[in-house]
Amino acid sequence: MEKETEIQRIIETLSPLETKIIPFLKEDIEKIKEKSGLDEVSLLRALKFLENKGIIKIKTAKKTIIDLGTNGIYYKKNYLPERKLLLTLEEKNHISLDEAKKLSKLSDNEFKVSIGVLKDKALIELTNNKLTLKATKEEIIKKMPEESLLEILPIEKEKLKDEMLLAFENLKKRKDIIETKEKNIFDFELTDLGKEIAGKEIKLDLLEEVTPEMIKEGVKGKKFRKYDLSYPVPQINGGKRHFVNQSIEYAKKIWTDLGFKEMSGPLIDSSFWIFDALFTPQDHPAREMQDTFFIKNILAKLPEKKLVNAVKQSHEKGIEKSKGWNYEWKEKEAQKVVLRTHTTGLSARTLSKLKEENLPAKYFAIGKVFRNETVDWSHGFEFYQTEGIVIDKNATFRNLLGYLKEFYEKMGYKKIKFVPSFFPYTEPSVEIQIFHPDKKIWLELGGAGIFRPELTTPLLGKPIPVLAWGQGFDRIITEFYKIKDLREMYANDIKELRNKKIWIK
Amino acid sequence: MATLNISKKEIEKHIKLTEENIEKIMMMGIPIEISEDNVTIEITPNRPDLLSLQGLLRYIKSYLGKEPGLKKYKINKPEKNYKIKIDSSVNNIRPYTVCAIIKNLKFDNEKIKEIIDIQEKLHATIGRNRKKAAIGIYPLEKITLPIRYEARSPNEIKFIPLEANEEMNALEILQRTPTGREYAHLLDFMEKYPIFLDAKGKILSMPPIINSQETGKITPSTKDVFIECSGSDFFILKKILNIIVSALIDLGGKAYAMELEYGKNKITTPDFTPEKMKISLENANKLLGLNLKEKDLEKLLPRMGYNYKNGKIEIPAWRTDILHEVDIIEDIAIAYGYDNFIPEIPKVATIGEESKETKIESKIAETLIGLGLIETSSYHLIKIDEAKKAKLKENEKIELETSKTEFKLVRPNLLIPSLRIFAENKDNEYPQKIFEIGTIFEKDNKTETGIKETKHLLIALSPGNFTEIKQTFDYLSRMLDIKYEIEQTERQGLIEGRTGKIIINNKETGFIGEVHPETLKEWNIKLPVALLEISLEEIFKCF
Repeated sequence: MEKETEIQRIIETLSPLETKIIPFLKEDIEKIKEKSGLDEVSLLRALKFLENKGIIKIKTAKKTIIDLGTNGIYYKKNYLPERKLLLTLEEKNHISLDEAKKLSKLSDNEFKVSIGVLKDKALIELTNNKLTLKATKEEIIKKMPEESLLEILPIEKEKLKDEMLLAFENLKKRKDIIETKEKNIFDFELTDLGKEIAGKEIKLDLLEEVTPEMIKEGVKGKKFRKYDLSYPVPQINGGKRHFVNQSIEYAKKIWTDLGFKEMSGPLIDSSFWIFDALFTPQDHPAREMQDTFFIKNILAKLPEKKLVNAVKQSHEKGIEKSKGWNYEWKEKEAQKVVLRTHTTGLSARTLSKLKEENLPAKYFAIGKVFRNETVDWSHGFEFYQTEGIVIDKNATFRNLLGYLKEFYEKMGYKKIKFVPSFFPYTEPSVEIQIFHPDKKIWLELGGAGIFRPELTTPLLGKPIPVLAWGQGFDRIITEFYKIKDLREMYANDIKELRNKKIWIK
Repeated sequence: MATLNISKKEIEKHIKLTEENIEKIMMMGIPIEISEDNVTIEITPNRPDLLSLQGLLRYIKSYLGKEPGLKKYKINKPEKNYKIKIDSSVNNIRPYTVCAIIKNLKFDNEKIKEIIDIQEKLHATIGRNRKKAAIGIYPLEKITLPIRYEARSPNEIKFIPLEANEEMNALEILQRTPTGREYAHLLDFMEKYPIFLDAKGKILSMPPIINSQETGKITPSTKDVFIECSGSDFFILKKILNIIVSALIDLGGKAYAMELEYGKNKITTPDFTPEKMKISLENANKLLGLNLKEKDLEKLLPRMGYNYKNGKIEIPAWRTDILHEVDIIEDIAIAYGYDNFIPEIPKVATIGEESKETKIESKIAETLIGLGLIETSSYHLIKIDEAKKAKLKENEKIELETSKTEFKLVRPNLLIPSLRIFAENKDNEYPQKIFEIGTIFEKDNKTETGIKETKHLLIALSPGNFTEIKQTFDYLSRMLDIKYEIEQTERQGLIEGRTGKIIINNKETGFIGEVHPETLKEWNIKLPVALLEISLEEIFKCF
C-alpha cells in the first residue's frame, strides 16, 4: 500500500515529456526515441527528470564519432583524388607521370597520395616514370572501401569492421578528409521503483502550464501537476557593467559623498604636467624610457610663460624659501609627451585653474595610468589610480589621514596603517597599508602626502597646503574578486564577465 | 628604491631586533624584512645616507634614543701635499670633484665587498648611474700626492684598466671592458675625457668609467686610501663624499681633509659643518595639526639626528634631502610617530559631484545593460599586427617610443579592441553582445599635446546584422532623446552597402554596419559581427 501511494505521488509529478516515454521504458534508447517521437534533447531531458525521481539510473559512455572533414565534404560531392586518377588511367592506360597529373587535375599532394593508394591496392603500376593501369573493369567499377565509408558518415567507430575500419585508418592519415569527435552516449537502467512504473500507460488529467483559457474559464475541480522544485534550471545571463567599472562607480560614490568633485583630463599628457609641475627633477628615474611610455615624434606645447617660468625657477633655484634641485631645467624635456604615469598630473592641472575665492575645495579622480611594464600574473602596463586633493588654508596632516581612513573604511578595510614614505612632490609623505584579514598581512596601497610648497607656489600663486593622494585601485578589485592573475582584469573573457558577481561592499 | 641585504648578526651587534624595535624601524619609514640570518631593508631615494650599514645604524640608534642628536665626525687638517688641482679643461666635461684621505683602515675581503657595495648603490641612486656622481677609491701607498684632475683627448689616455692584463687607450677601454661598454654613453660626443693623475703623471682613473689596475685597486693589505667623487653637481658631490667618509670613519678610519684648487678658489673637503636652518614651531603645528611645545621639538628633532635649540636646527652634512622647512616638519612627524596621529576629517562644507561625462556614461551603460549587453574594458594600447590588420593609415598611428610588450601603439578607435575580444572569445557561448565606453586617440596639432582624446562608445553584436545593431542604437537614442540620421558610406573592414555614418546635430559622429566576412576571417572570428562606434562628444553637448 505504501509503495502504491509512493508511485501515485511520483506519477502526479511527471511532466508531459516523462509520461510520453514511460510506456516504452523497457526498450532501448533508439526505440524509445522512435516510439515517443521525441528529439534527442527532449529525450535526454526526460531521462534526467526520471533519474531525479529515482526511476532510472543514467549511464554515460564516451564514443568516438567519425565525421567528414572539410576536404571530405568536397571529395564526397566530387571524387576522391584516387578515383580521379583511376578514371584518367581508364581512358589512357599507359602515360607519363606529368601527363597523368595534368589530365587528372590533381594538386601535387593529392597526386602523390593517389599514386600511393592505387599502388597499394595493386590497381596501377609505376615504372620508369610511367603509370600503367592494372585494374580490371570490375575493379574499376567497384566502390573502394574509402568511398563507401565517406557515404555512411557520421558513424560510431565501434560499428566499423574489417575493410571499413582499414579505410578509416587510411583516410585518417590524410589531411582533413575525416575527423573524429568524442561524444557522450547515454544509456540507462531501471531502478526497482522504475520497474514498477515502466511500461505503464499514464493517463492523468493534470493541468500543465497556466493558459489564458484557464484564467478565463477557471480550473475548479482540476489539479495542477506538481513540479519537481529542486530540479536545476538552465542558466541564463544578463547584461552588466564590467566588474572594474562597478567598483569604480562605488568608489566614486564614496568620494562624492565626502564632498569631492570629479576632475577629468587627458590620459596622454606633457611631461610638464606629469613631472615638472610636480617638482620631479628632470633626471629622475621615473622619467626614463624604460619605466614610462613616451609618445614618438611629438612634442607638447607648454602652458603660459608665467607658469613655466615659475616651475623652472622652482626646480633650478627654489621658490618660497626652498633650495630647489640646483640644475639647469630644460623646456624640451618638459615637452616630451607621455601616457600618464599617475593621475596626480590631473591634480596639478586642477590647481593651476583654481581661484582663491573658491577655496576650500576638494577634488577626486579615478583613472587609468600607464607604466612601461611587461605583462604577467603580477604585472600589467595599465591600471587604475584613485586620486584626491583637498585645497584648504587650514588643512593638516591629520586631515589627510582622516580622509584616507574614511575612504578605506568605506571600501571595507577596517584596519589601516600609515607609514612614512617618500615621493618627490609631497612632504610629509605617507603610505597607506591595509590589513588583509584572511592572509593576515599588511598590503601596500600607495602614497599620499601634502604637496610641497615648491609645487603649490607656481600653480596656486602662494603656498597653500594641498592634501593629495594617488593610490593604485586594482589591488582592491583583485582582492574583492579573488583574482590571482592580473591579466584577468582586462582580458574580457565573456564567460568570466558573465559569471563575475556584482560588486557589493 | 634600493635594497640593502645585511647579515642579522652584524646588525644585532648594535641593535637587538626585538619585535618592538622592528615595529619602530618600520615606523621610521624603513620597510624591513627578517629571514633566518638575513635582513632586507628598503631605502627610499631621498635617503642615500642610509645606503651604508653605518649610516643606517646611525639613524636607527638616534631614533631609538640610544645616540640622539647630530653625530660628530673628526676630520683632520690636510697634511703636506694633500692637494688636488682641478684643471679648467674639465669644465664642460665633468666639472667637479671633491676628495678626502682616510687612514688606518683594516680591510679584509668582506669589508672591501661592503665598501664597493655602498659605492655601487650610491652610483645607482643619487649618482644617477654615475652620470651625476661617481666615486673612486685608491690605495694611497700606490700614489704620489698631489693629484691632478684634468681632461685629455682619448688617444692621450693610456693605462691598464681594472681587472685587465694590458694597457689600453681610452677608446679601447670603452669598447673592450665590460664597465667601459656599460658607461661609454656618458662620454658620448666629448672631445676630451676626464682623468685623475698623480704627481708622477700616473693615471689613477678615467671617471666615471674605471680605475687603473695599478693605482686603483683596493686589497686586504690597503690601510690608507684616497677618495674622490666626481660629477656635475658640486652640492650633491660634497654630500656623497660625506656619506662615504662618515661610513669609513665608523669603520675605524681616520679622515683627513684635502685642499681643492679650482683656479684661484681653494676649498677644503670633506666639510662636515652642519647646515643651519630656522624652523617655526607654529608652521610645524599648523601643517601637522598638532599642538607641540618647544620642549617637544627639543626631544623629537635629536631623535632624527638633528641638533636643535631655540628655533634653530643643525642639519647633518650627509643629508641630501632637506630643501625646505617642510622636510624638517616631516621628520618631526616621523619622530612623533605616524601611528600617534589621530585622523580627523575637518568640518568644511564642500559639495561633491561626479563630472557630467561620468553621469551620462553611466546612464548609457545602464540603458545598454537593460538590453542584455555586457560591458568590456580593454587596454588603451594595441598591437602592431592589429594596426596592420585594421589597415591603419600612417597619420592614424600614434606609436610609443618603447614598450616591453607587443602593445606598441595607442588605440585610434574601439573597433580594434572589440575585434580582439571576439577573436579571443570564439569558444564562449553565443550570442555575445558587448559594449565599451573609452578614450580613443588621434593626432591633432591644435591641442596642447598634439593628440586629441575623445570618449567613444562601441556596441557590437555577434552574431548580429544591420537591423539588430540599428535597433540597439535606435533604442539608445530614443532613451537619450537624441535625433540621428544614418547615411550610406564606405569604411575599411565593413560591408559596402551595409555601412552607414551616424549623424547627430548635423555632425558625423560615428559609423554603423556589418563587418566584412574577409575581415572576420583575418581576425579569426567565426560568427558574423554587426557594430557601431560613435564619439560621445555630440551627446555630451546635448545635456
